[in-house]
Amino acid sequence: MTLAEILASLFPEGHAVTVADGLVAGEGPFEGGRLRVIGVDGDAPLGVEGALTLAGHVLDAVRAGDKAPILVAVDSDSQRMSRRDELLGLNECLAHLAKALLLADRRGHPTVGLLYGHSAAGAFIATALATRVLAALPGANPSVMDLPSVARVTKLPLEKLQEMAKSTPVFAPGLDNMLATGAVHAVLDPEKPLGPQIRDLIAVLPERDERDRLGQERGGRPVAEAIAKAVADQIRAG
Amino acid sequence: MESLTFRHTTTKPLPGTKPQAITGVVASGNLEILLERVLPPDACEVAIETPVAGYGPVWEAVVADFVARAQPGGVRISINDGGARPDTVSLRLLQGARLMEA
Amino acid sequence: MAGPDRDRLSWYEASARQRLDALLDPGSFTEVLGPAERRMSPHLPLFDLPRAFDDGIVVGSGSLDGKTMFVAAQEGRFMGGAFGEVHGAKLVGLLRAALDVKPAAVLLLLDTGGVRLQEANAGETAIAEAMRAIVAARAAGVPVVGLIGGRAGCFGGGGLIAGTCSRLAVSEGGRISVSGPEVIETNKGAEEFDSKDRALVWRTMGGKHRRLIGGADAFCADTVSAFREAALRLIADAPAFDLDTLTAEQARLRARIDRFGQCRDATDIWAKLGVNDPDAVPAMDTGAFDETVAQAREAVHDAR
Repeated sequence: MTLAEILASLFPEGHAVTVADGLVAGEGPFEGGRLRVIGVDGDAPLGVEGALTLAGHVLDAVRAGDKAPILVAVDSDSQRMSRRDELLGLNECLAHLAKALLLADRRGHPTVGLLYGHSAAGAFIATALATRVLAALPGANPSVMDLPSVARVTKLPLEKLQEMAKSTPVFAPGLDNMLATGAVHAVLDPEKPLGPQIRDLIAVLPERDERDRLGQERGGRPVAEAIAKAVADQIRAG
Repeated sequence: MESLTFRHTTTKPLPGTKPQAITGVVASGNLEILLERVLPPDACEVAIETPVAGYGPVWEAVVADFVARAQPGGVRISINDGGARPDTVSLRLLQGARLMEA
Repeated sequence: MAGPDRDRLSWYEASARQRLDALLDPGSFTEVLGPAERRMSPHLPLFDLPRAFDDGIVVGSGSLDGKTMFVAAQEGRFMGGAFGEVHGAKLVGLLRAALDVKPAAVLLLLDTGGVRLQEANAGETAIAEAMRAIVAARAAGVPVVGLIGGRAGCFGGGGLIAGTCSRLAVSEGGRISVSGPEVIETNKGAEEFDSKDRALVWRTMGGKHRRLIGGADAFCADTVSAFREAALRLIADAPAFDLDTLTAEQARLRARIDRFGQCRDATDIWAKLGVNDPDAVPAMDTGAFDETVAQAREAVHDAR
């Protein structure tokens, strides 16, 4: 689905969401209140300015105090890879955006990610992965690194990696693998209106971060949940 | 990855009471060695995981030399190898034994 | 480890375990899920790669000046300190426990190239989980302080974790960025970033630049003692995690881009900051550099 199709499905009565320089911002009527939308569109890379612009919208929402849900719609590139961005502290700007979303969550705004295209690396962590629950649409294509690049770094033949990817979701790009890892909670049905599907996700927001449990259940992260639990239990026992 | 295990009988237990120690880092040309005092006092076992296949006889000689010198009775030694040279392995094994004696 | 050893031990050269032993009060460190438990990566054997007994991260508790700390130390020499499934989960478990136990602080000895490609999805997700857990701990009043000065620097998602901490101490060697030099060069070409130009790397991502622009809160000489003193100072001075802090951070970062967004090189930024001789900064010793930092108002803030 394109962003326009997503917005039309979410807000049949119309909306005030706009896109400028690949950055999505605005809101529309939702369940008797409103749904705020921020995001990245058109496979755009996320740099220092974009991260701050989006964070600014999120902090405005927190200041408004209405606890309206925030949808983070993502079809992005990775972080913008440039000397200038790193010079200006891209790590701080991306972390700031993630922190803004996590603050909004703590202040009662349901935060829902919606992955409808690509996303990768720092841009993915700062946006979709900083929400309480992350949904995706079929065709979404999250990745940390594409397989040819993995082949280059690991010095393994691409054919071997492609074969391994079939049985080992932990390293291979793609929605199915991110679903198996637990990073993506659910895949929505593009044939049905998105509003009720988002509403249903908000109705059952997980109380705690359950991505490692999902990863265990789905087989994409076989040991993370048990390891985190063992560390926490042992250190609590002192 | 290749797994190798060598078992030896020693004439005496490794001195000291420290139950375990770890030394080294798994990095290129380096290795980590975990020592645990969990065996009968006259037994020593060395288990190696190495990405460099075909060096069994070299490992066997290095381990035998170490056991003869240190007499590490009672200690199970586990090695994660990152492709270390034999002299580095010897050095780390002796280092590990000293840590256990401390 | 007593004072003089701590004074001599190079943070950059030390292993993760040596750093922890020397940083904390002598004999106070207790590791959880230590090497003897052999909780190793289930994935590296598929790639014919050697594993580490601790998967490259040491976690546990100890004391610093008598106060209880939770600590995590990444081993930058094993797989570049990168986040794999077990490695990341150990950090996440520690941070989650901090929320209930409320130690005086959590210290993160970051030394990482980012996500471990062989376990990329698990590493990436773990970084997101860690950031969520850091925020929860901070919001509950537990400072989370990052200490950065290792061989692997602090790159990729590690840079985002650093940006989520309450406070950061960094040494000359402690590079912090999202895209590493090689990543920028591979994707955008050597004209954009020449990764072999080491001076450029240090100027753009190194500890001095980060300290001068306020990307880190303390600059340390390369000794464990210096990091220990900085940690104690920063714990006592950690900002809250709330709307005021993030509003201030928004303004701080926006002002930085407005003021320095046209600068081509770090030396241009340092000149605008009022540094008298920007070209002299890379060679300055810690004392001279501290005096230089004192002139830069961007360096001191509660906005993180």
